[in-house]
Amino acid sequence: MTLPYSHTPNGRVLWTFEGGVHLPDMKSLSNGTAIAQAEIPSRLVLPLQQHIGQPAEPLVKAGDRVLKGEKIARGAGIVSASLHAPTSGLIREIAHHRIPHASGLTAPCILLEPDGEGRWGELPPPMPEFAGLDPGKVIERIRWAGIVGMGGATFPSAVKLAPGPERAIHTLIINGAECEPYITCDDRLMRERADKIVKGIRILRHVLDVTGECLIGIEDNKPEAIVAMRQALDEEKLEATEVVVIPTLYPSGGEKQLIRILTGREVPSRGIPAHIGIVCHNVATAAAVADAVLEGRPLISRVVTLTGGGIAQPGNREVLLGTLASDLIAWQGGYLPGVDRLILGGPMMGQALGSDQVPITKGGNCLLVPGPGELPDPGPAIACIRCGRCADACPMQLLPQQMYWYARARDMDKVQEYNLFDCIECGCCSHVCPSRIPLVQYYRFAKTSIWGLEAERRKSERARQRHESRQQRLERQEQERKAKLRKKNEALQDKPAAEPAADPKKAAIEAALQRAKEKKAKLAQEGVAPQNTAQLTEAQQRQIREADQRRAEAAPHNETSE
Amino acid sequence: MEFQTLSSPHSERVNSVSEVMSQVLLALLPAIIAMTYYFGWGLLIKLVLASLTALAAEAAMLWVRSRPICPALLDLSAILTAWLFALATPPLLPWWMTVLGMLFAIILVKQLYGGLGYNPFNPAMAAYVLLLISYPVEMTSWLSPRMLNEHLLGFGETLGAIFQGTLPAGLTWDSIAGATPLNEMRLQLGMNHTVSEIRQGPLWGSYGAKGWEWIGNWILLGGLWMLYKRTITWHIPASMLGSLLLVSLFFFSLDPETHPFGLFHLFSGGAMLGAFFIATDPVTASTTKRGQLIYGAAIGLIVYIIRTWGGYPDAVAFAVLLLNLAAPTIDYYTQPRVVGQGDGQHG
Ligand code: SF4
Ligand code: SF4
Repeated sequence: MTLPYSHTPNGRVLWTFEGGVHLPDMKSLSNGTAIAQAEIPSRLVLPLQQHIGQPAEPLVKAGDRVLKGEKIARGAGIVSASLHAPTSGLIREIAHHRIPHASGLTAPCILLEPDGEGRWGELPPPMPEFAGLDPGKVIERIRWAGIVGMGGATFPSAVKLAPGPERAIHTLIINGAECEPYITCDDRLMRERADKIVKGIRILRHVLDVTGECLIGIEDNKPEAIVAMRQALDEEKLEATEVVVIPTLYPSGGEKQLIRILTGREVPSRGIPAHIGIVCHNVATAAAVADAVLEGRPLISRVVTLTGGGIAQPGNREVLLGTLASDLIAWQGGYLPGVDRLILGGPMMGQALGSDQVPITKGGNCLLVPGPGELPDPGPAIACIRCGRCADACPMQLLPQQMYWYARARDMDKVQEYNLFDCIECGCCSHVCPSRIPLVQYYRFAKTSIWGLEAERRKSERARQRHESRQQRLERQEQERKAKLRKKNEALQDKPAAEPAADPKKAAIEAALQRAKEKKAKLAQEGVAPQNTAQLTEAQQRQIREADQRRAEAAPHNETSE
Repeated sequence: MEFQTLSSPHSERVNSVSEVMSQVLLALLPAIIAMTYYFGWGLLIKLVLASLTALAAEAAMLWVRSRPICPALLDLSAILTAWLFALATPPLLPWWMTVLGMLFAIILVKQLYGGLGYNPFNPAMAAYVLLLISYPVEMTSWLSPRMLNEHLLGFGETLGAIFQGTLPAGLTWDSIAGATPLNEMRLQLGMNHTVSEIRQGPLWGSYGAKGWEWIGNWILLGGLWMLYKRTITWHIPASMLGSLLLVSLFFFSLDPETHPFGLFHLFSGGAMLGAFFIATDPVTASTTKRGQLIYGAAIGLIVYIIRTWGGYPDAVAFAVLLLNLAAPTIDYYTQPRVVGQGDGQHG
């Protein structure tokens, strides 16, 4: 038996998480060259929703001319993110366009035709003196910049930076693990822009008012990045902040796994790190925060890894948001012969895209084009032999074979009993399964059907409540009418009225009480815990709730680096 | 360009069922060679016969159930069942009993339950028990190992014995037969001999019986290799052998003259084969780690109980089948704690 922890050379305790798999890291395919400069393509496609939460609301219309950095869509509500023009040009239209999604979905997008000049519009002033400013002001800037979790989680960063006054944050974790094979954008970013990341970390520390330390977790297969980050920390003289080298083991970059490794703490099931005083941000997010605060620049580009044996010149590139995958691949020398797959993200959690006519969005960290024979199709699945390897590999200590069993039988209660919603879709179980069962696919299917059922149940519940309150209103009116009538009658009969006058009032009070009770019951039924959201309006609360749900849905990207 | 959309993960898979099965088969080779060396050709002939019968039965059943035949035959699970059965039964078992055993194992115990992965009982052990109950004499007639046997049969003679039930002229069954160590020990203890008296006999080696103890060693070697290759995990073999050893040591310490030493139990009968190759059958065993410890320990305990006080000299097959029955329940009560639930906080 191994101890649940070990020590780093400088005496820090490193915890282990159960499970995980060793994978060929394939990083050298793309990490040998510097990040290539952004190029301006002939068109940009900007989905209004590149984040978890409400889609942004467009601020422009077809025919408008926009400048680089100009806000073209506004975050709608609390959990949402604004969008800025990645370069100057003409708004062609706002229309449905294919988005990066396995089933080839379309969604509303702003189509921008660059003029090729890249002329900047007016930007807000830099805030070099952020340390003296109220955190709220800095968060406002980060919200303005439209920054989201750039490891793939795409949760709006401004929301994550305001965990609420009653939740003191003692540890800030910066995720530079980049545990997915092939992906090297964070590696290159740390090597080349370590100073910017460290500046971003300083801002994050200030905003979150971190009481304890800040730990930067980097897997030991990135020695250059480790050196660069350590050097930048020294130069910036950032206190209580440390680079911690962790062993390479997938999925050490999953948020919950990284927190476990660095602090030994476990994020409660279906909870968020802030519940245990921890906030976790990706290195690229920290860099984007530095851009926004120190230079007043919005999030309009990101580093993308272009890799795989099917691409002529693998490497990393700074990419304007909205650039089509096809343009990107062309800039890297195009496809090699025999290519039949395009994966957005890494081999473990990435999505296979049906077409390369889809844009890079804020969370898009990698395009992977396997060459012939690379990452081969696992072949047909056979029956589960109950070998338990999936359970051994599962970093969440779930029982994948049981969940598979019940998901297949469509027993949605049982599959939830086996903690389906703790599954982070990391793919370890499928990877080791000797029967080659696409386990994760079954879990996605089960999650989606459960969400579908819940949405339906909520809808019918709402309809029922509407019906009931109408019924009550009618009854009340009827009672009032009757009471009036009676009063009239009594008046007519010229008799002293004993109590009738009390009736309508009492009914009204009772009805109001009933309404309040119902509302409470409804909220309870919808599973709203009295969080720090209690003082928000019902609409806002629903918004947050739905965002939470979608966040869980977006888990496939969630894990690797956010 | 348009592309295929398979679901994640896209990684190259690291193993397959046929790989796992072939590792187990490979790990059996040392034991097979040793057993052939000590007991003659019988085992090899049975291996071939049992494998062919198992494959034919599997193919026929898949055809009847209109399932694809080739993938199931290539997963090698039927061959493994055949080999385990052949290793567990006496070398000169009449051919029709091998065939009967395999048909029962594959058709009734495996395929009628839905094929590989769905059978609640270990097919090889179910067949073994069926035959043991129906034909106790044939199923317990072992040969003497080569050092005690002046008439080790040649290949042709072995064929004759298995397929026609005939022995070379001048030989009787009694002249070549030898009791298994467990049987011998049981018999002699029943006659009120003490263990140290019994061990004076010609049968005994350093910790088990001559020949048998070496076969045990080779099985152990194969098992350790599987541990090294991570074909199996340590939980079931360790807990099964550990509980068998502990219980026998306990009784040994109470009265060493009526209870053989612990190692004797490990290296006799089906204990070693059972611990590494039979109880570890993933389909029918417990799947959680804590469950596997319970599962293995219970098998070891039951083996000791039946060996010492029960009606049969060996009990691995019975114990495994009993625990097969209990495995789903054990699994249910030994689920691991999910990360983030309950008291998992450190640091
Ligand atoms: S790894 Fe595959 S075959 Fe083994 S128990 Fe899990 S699902 Fe079944
Ligand atoms: S995908 Fe889910 S069940 Fe499979 S290993 Fe990852 S967390 Fe466990």
